[in-house]
Amino acid sequence: MLDALDPLLLSRIQFAFTVSFHIIFPAFTIGLASWLAVLEWRWLKTGNQVFAETYQMWVKIFAVTFGMGVVSGVVLSFQFGTNWSVFSDRAGNVLGPLLGYEVLTAFFLEASFLGIMLFGWNRVSPKMHFAATVIVAVGTLISAFWILSANSWMQTPQGFRIGQDGLFYPTDWIKVIFNPSFPYRFVHMVTAAYMTTAFVVAGVGAYYLWRGLHVSHARVMLGMAMIMAVFVAPAQLLFGDMHGLNTFEHQPAKVAAMEGLWETEKGAPLVLFGWPNQEEETTKYSLEIPKLSSFILTHDLNGEVRGLKEWPSEDRPPVAWVFWCFRIMVGIGMLMIATGLAALVLYFKKRLFETRWFQYWCMAMTPAGFIAVLAGWFVTEIGRQPYIVQNVMRTAESMSPVTGPPIAISLAAFIVVYGAIFGAGSYYIVKLIGKGPVSSDETFGAHGLKKPPL
Amino acid sequence: MFNLGNFVDLPLVWYGLIGTAVFLYVMLDGFDLGIGILFPFAPTDTCRDRMMNSIAPFWDGNETWLVLGGGGLLAAFPLAYAILMPALYIPVILMLLGLIFRGVAFEFRFKASGNSRKIWDYAFHFGSLTAAVMQGMFLGAFVQGVKVQGRGYAGGAFDWLNAYSVMTGIALVFGYALLGATWLVMKTEDETQTWARKTAAYVLGYVGLGIALVSISMPVMNDAIRELWFSFPNIYILLPIPLGTAVLFALIWRDLHTGREYRPFFLSVGIFLAAYLGLGISLWPWLVPFSVTFRQAAATAESQSLLLVGTVVMLPIILGYTAYCYYIFRGKASHDAFYG
Repeated sequence: MLDALDPLLLSRIQFAFTVSFHIIFPAFTIGLASWLAVLEWRWLKTGNQVFAETYQMWVKIFAVTFGMGVVSGVVLSFQFGTNWSVFSDRAGNVLGPLLGYEVLTAFFLEASFLGIMLFGWNRVSPKMHFAATVIVAVGTLISAFWILSANSWMQTPQGFRIGQDGLFYPTDWIKVIFNPSFPYRFVHMVTAAYMTTAFVVAGVGAYYLWRGLHVSHARVMLGMAMIMAVFVAPAQLLFGDMHGLNTFEHQPAKVAAMEGLWETEKGAPLVLFGWPNQEEETTKYSLEIPKLSSFILTHDLNGEVRGLKEWPSEDRPPVAWVFWCFRIMVGIGMLMIATGLAALVLYFKKRLFETRWFQYWCMAMTPAGFIAVLAGWFVTEIGRQPYIVQNVMRTAESMSPVTGPPIAISLAAFIVVYGAIFGAGSYYIVKLIGKGPVSSDETFGAHGLKKPPL
Repeated sequence: MFNLGNFVDLPLVWYGLIGTAVFLYVMLDGFDLGIGILFPFAPTDTCRDRMMNSIAPFWDGNETWLVLGGGGLLAAFPLAYAILMPALYIPVILMLLGLIFRGVAFEFRFKASGNSRKIWDYAFHFGSLTAAVMQGMFLGAFVQGVKVQGRGYAGGAFDWLNAYSVMTGIALVFGYALLGATWLVMKTEDETQTWARKTAAYVLGYVGLGIALVSISMPVMNDAIRELWFSFPNIYILLPIPLGTAVLFALIWRDLHTGREYRPFFLSVGIFLAAYLGLGISLWPWLVPFSVTFRQAAATAESQSLLLVGTVVMLPIILGYTAYCYYIFRGKASHDAFYG
């Protein structure tokens, strides 16, 4: 029975689970840190207490989320070794320094100045405190820079050679770091993080408006979030399209899976919906718009789009996952754009903050960003399969010499522990939202540290 | 391509840097974990609030040294990382789970009330304890050697588990407890400080016992290590390490009874440093004892060069702002304000 525990499958599930769980937190904290910096800047500029109080409410939510992001991130930095040691050995020369730079330039910065951001309100000047917030926000972006560079290299590897010993050796660091998909993935992901935060903030603001609580704070939340929805959600469509074109150039099999196309055709249709079937090599019940896929991908109605049958079946990604997650991501993006348009109309009708149905809608959209981010990562990661480094190294040849049972137990432990932590974290965040922004003097103590004698 | 290998001995420099990062982790997170270990034994809830408050602004930065140790090992010595992690699969996972509970407890504890706060008190304690035991067991497993074949780990899932590694696990728990207690002597006052002083004096003996057991057992278990320490003239060159350690123990003992507040912590760090140096000397030049040396495990010179530039630039900056944060939150911790 123990032989039935396939260590490769278990390792893949464990990594997928732990990395998916982790990405939820950075997706939120990258945007939240930047927004907190904006709030604090507005407060310093205008002296309006509403900004300070809104900051103080959200910085506590930031602290809870950031804490969960840190502990789940530490796990990942070890899992490359525990579960994918052959990959670590072979790709360490190339990817190791990138991850090292992430720690040196981002993690220490975030961790150190987070302390000042959370507990330093009475210990440093307002300007220094603002600087700490900005530094944490910049730290989250630097962190995203390096980790997305590393991930993008696995998608579109270049600037390396494979030695006699099978190890990867760097030949050009600029090519490694700024590999073809990296700029697109970086912009797309950071924008996604900003949108995720915006819709969480919008949801909470809408909830307060609906209940008639903390109205002046809620207007700041919903108003600022809708500025993002109006201007950034459409921009994300453009960024996503550019990223897709980049993928079409470098990872055509992934795009074929996203589109659910099996045959190579000129003038390929856009499959709106359908049921991809890996064994029968077809997408059933498909609802198609003629020629649109070719037009989007090649900007020519009769352009050629390669179908999945171009690749041997063992080199194809699991199509249904990629196909469906892509539709979920794009669908949510469209809903976000629609939300921005609705907000714009309501704003000009001077009813943005009073319209009931819009408040319900924004509350319903609160988790939208998280779902879209997860779906997007599923597309890009599952779409790269069966490779761990596209066309160069397979996932199956990357795993550690560890047997199934320990991995099965660790996977079960991660599921139980993460479930408990996530439940508790969500509960405390909901409690903080329930408490709402309160007047500034009763919060933000010096965290129990007496002011030192000068 | 860019290569500093002609100017410096890159593997040696990186051996030193990774060693430094691991030591900074042990020292800095050591007192955090030590406070977690001592947590349920504190006399009152007020003490516990103060204990947590005294490390809340720092723990995250301290834990980052572990990520640097792990990430740096992958970058500078990928082969060692690729062998050690699977070899220590179960204890690494257990340590990570422990660190998860320890880390979230900081945030959750102050947001919980009544009985649910107790849950996070215990999460903090058992998380810290688990992480400390596992780290001590890494040490025990490490010094006994790791089975390697080709470029991979060749042993079983439980090679790390034996009486010796259990002993080193317990020894490190006492070591961290000493760091935590002396940190509290420095950062708290009144009843918390009085209790911390007593606790430090109590655990001091167990720390001495642990260090003595490891110091005696290593030369007994391994001929090369015995040769290294007890041959002439090495014995005279290396004698200052055990003698210095003994002096440090005596000084801490005296300080704890004469009411000094700051020095016991730094002397405890000194004990850790001496023990760490002793281990480093014994295990030289192995990075995976006794199979792979640090030179064999080294990443290619281009990779070590690139990260070395970043380290030379960033490490002083990191140490600078870390010191700034400790300066901002200097002084004694109290219990009267919260996370909120």
